[in-house]
Amino acid sequence: MARLKYYQALTRALREEMVRDERVFLMGEDVGESGGIFAQTRGLYQQFGSARVRDTPIAENGFVSAAVGSAMTGMRPVVEIGFEDFVTCCMEPLVNQAAKLGYMLGGQISVPMVLYAFGGGGLNAGPQHSQSLAAWFAHVPGLKVVIPSTPADVLGLMKSAIRDENPVICLLCKKLIGLTGEVESEGDHLVPIGRARVARSGSDVTIVAVGQMLPIALKAARMLSTDGVEAEVIDPRSISPLDEDTILTSVEKTGRLCIVHEAHGPFGVGSEIIARIAEKSLTSFRVPPLRVTPPFAPSPFAPSLEELYLPTSASVYEAVCGLIAI
Amino acid sequence: MPIRNRDTALSLFKTMCEIRAFEQVASARYKNGDLPGFIHLSLGQEACAAGACATLRGDDYITSNHRGHGHCLAKGANPKLMLAELFAKARGYGKGRSGSMHIADVSAGVLGANGIVGQSMGLGVGAALSIQIRRQPGVVIAFFGEGASGTGIAHEAMNMASIWRLPIIFFCEANKYAELSPFSTHVSIDNVADRACAYGFPGVTVDGEDVFAVYEVTNHAVALARSGGGPTLIEAKTVRWHGHYEGDPQTYKSEQERLNPKYFDPIAHLRDRVSEIEGLATEHLAEVEKAALEKIRAAELWAQALQNPDPEVLMEDVYAEESRHG
Repeated sequence: MARLKYYQALTRALREEMVRDERVFLMGEDVGESGGIFAQTRGLYQQFGSARVRDTPIAENGFVSAAVGSAMTGMRPVVEIGFEDFVTCCMEPLVNQAAKLGYMLGGQISVPMVLYAFGGGGLNAGPQHSQSLAAWFAHVPGLKVVIPSTPADVLGLMKSAIRDENPVICLLCKKLIGLTGEVESEGDHLVPIGRARVARSGSDVTIVAVGQMLPIALKAARMLSTDGVEAEVIDPRSISPLDEDTILTSVEKTGRLCIVHEAHGPFGVGSEIIARIAEKSLTSFRVPPLRVTPPFAPSPFAPSLEELYLPTSASVYEAVCGLIAI
Repeated sequence: MPIRNRDTALSLFKTMCEIRAFEQVASARYKNGDLPGFIHLSLGQEACAAGACATLRGDDYITSNHRGHGHCLAKGANPKLMLAELFAKARGYGKGRSGSMHIADVSAGVLGANGIVGQSMGLGVGAALSIQIRRQPGVVIAFFGEGASGTGIAHEAMNMASIWRLPIIFFCEANKYAELSPFSTHVSIDNVADRACAYGFPGVTVDGEDVFAVYEVTNHAVALARSGGGPTLIEAKTVRWHGHYEGDPQTYKSEQERLNPKYFDPIAHLRDRVSEIEGLATEHLAEVEKAALEKIRAAELWAQALQNPDPEVLMEDVYAEESRHG
């Protein structure tokens, strides 16, 4: 095993896939010679050259549309959008083009492209640099959406995303960029899209934690454990398609469900998970399910306010205690 | 190379007549209630599609817009399969799922009409990127209208194409109206082509009634792009005989213009100049015109008799399992 940081796992995934398949190329703002705002593409430009590691102007609509056009014509583009918030600038080519062209063109083409972006809060980046928009993309048929929360999953999910025949949105966690984790040192480490990971086993309550909420949920689980409550913590990893079987199996065992995400609650991933469990197995809920999310306001800049805003291990702990007490 | 010769004239005339016949059939059948949805016709604009696409090879690409029937036909799409799509039949290019605005024949280099104004330019940049990265000899023509020239992606696409010196021709059909408003509502200057200097590549305005003139300027631009000289912006001044969509009451046009749009007629324009071309006689053109009408009529009869899509088609191709490339 090797120890890699979260962002290094991304670099490794890109490098391995670009070596494996010459159709794969990378473009985005500052991905080239500079090596990226988080050093996430360092060395790729030097290894693969300017044709395949391409700095773009600040024109998300334009270069994501170009990625779609190149995917339609036999390439496998990977585009970086530095901050997840900026994906709103290219919703058009993603939603109206990438997601639908295979369908609209009668299956003549596929659109094998990956868009990755850094999202989430906790860095006092303010309302336009802290958002988590997975639900927006997961609402669109034709797109796949993944959120890795460990270096191993960054490597495995990015590699799977690059090999997928469909447009995949890979939402990376800004706050986890420096996180170190165990990664297989050799070989082709692939994590299948659409499969959740049980990060911790338990029998009393199911906590589904998305992205950088995973370490927070795991900490809350340890706090609960000292009270004698064993939480099962599930990282869905893939939002669309969603591995509802893994979540359902867990909820049928525990009877209690708490979902933690940084995105807003209304019409969100948590709502969808609860709806699916309710539709399939309403009686598996021994108590009403619960979402722990930020309040319905933009993400504030002031550290003191952002602390109030984001779910914490304490707020997850308290929420789950409430579920247990019912 | 002299292009104002008999063979070129006949070939261009044939394409224009087929487009004319196709659009007239579509107009009649739409009026009759036989075609669902919306259609946008290019009657009056035949010389643009015919002249521009005649300069391309089979493996070159075009991207198009909502008024794309002419472009698709001129680049080699099959009128039978196009009409099948207009009739919403299973054999249509989009399996009856996409309609007029998304007709594509990727094997013929037609990457598709498109319902989102401006995206033809971004997608075209992507196709040109594929060509450049693979060091292929191909070129791309991205068709758009003066309305699209005001979109953000028009600027983004032309800027990127210039920075990367891509083999692409931005072909603007300025047909006097964008949607329901005149050119002056959409464009701040007299000629869209004048904007090319801001991107550092050539811009040419051409008479869109003269198919030879369109052919010549496009041919020059294609040769430039093919030899690594980068993009050209061509603006053909043309006239849209019908409304923005079929059924548009066109209250924004003068009565004169609405009732007598044929003052501008690329087919008549060529016919009137038959004596200028050695070896060409009016009878030759009449034969070509008759054959075009027969071909489109046969396609119409074939298409209308086809089956509607099976219910399974609804869920096919939402996601691709296998690679499909143009």
